[in-house]
Amino acid sequence: MKEDNGVKMEFPSRSANESFARGAVASFAAQLDPTLDELSDLKTAVSEAVTNCIVHAYPDAVGPVTLRVRLLGSDVIQIAVRDKGRGIDNVEAARQPLFTTGGAERSGMGFTIMESFMDSVRVRSRPGKGTSVTMTKHIRGKGALR
Amino acid sequence: MGVSIAKKDRKVIFFITGEIDHHAAAPLMRRLENGIDDAMPRDCVLDLGGVTFMDSSGIAVILRTYRLMNALEGRLWIENVPAQPMRVLEASGIERLIGITACT
Repeated sequence: MKEDNGVKMEFPSRSANESFARGAVASFAAQLDPTLDELSDLKTAVSEAVTNCIVHAYPDAVGPVTLRVRLLGSDVIQIAVRDKGRGIDNVEAARQPLFTTGGAERSGMGFTIMESFMDSVRVRSRPGKGTSVTMTKHIRGKGALR
Repeated sequence: MGVSIAKKDRKVIFFITGEIDHHAAAPLMRRLENGIDDAMPRDCVLDLGGVTFMDSSGIAVILRTYRLMNALEGRLWIENVPAQPMRVLEASGIERLIGITACT
């Protein structure tokens, strides 16, 4: 598929950057003229993926998070969030609802929400090397409402 | 994220505003815990009418507040929930535990 447009950014895994990351994706996605619900879904999914980097990939340190957003064709957005953190031992278990290693501060619903709000969620991880979460969503846009 | 508190008899209402993400969750939880410890309420309401964004960090805060109210043998409701937080609450299945009403 032809890559029409894209943006890549890197920021440290500080929780203050969660808001920046979802805002940046929403700004970039605006060119697809998404509905308010579609925009909310993208922002929520990005927030979950970036929070995972902050809480799980770099639990005792600050490390780099890479966020890449691409438009695939005229109406599909692809969002990739990557880290070079500790990785996930068992991806399948980590994706189960209510699974968490994050203690009482986490609900274990992060991947469940990403899966509910995006069309596809692919997770690749190698313990000690890092994790990559790639999500896509078809944006029908406001035009579909008219 | 901001919190204001209204108390009447043994009911306490927390009016939460702004964004509830991982960054905001720990300070929010402290405000709720302190407010509940002060009031020792029978009924607790989280009013999300002013919340502009919430992710699963908010679910964790709500579950902890629920357990806190359970320990006091009290009750918890979530009220005035705008569209985006409502989608997250619905995806989490938390409505099976806690009464939730949407923004009117």
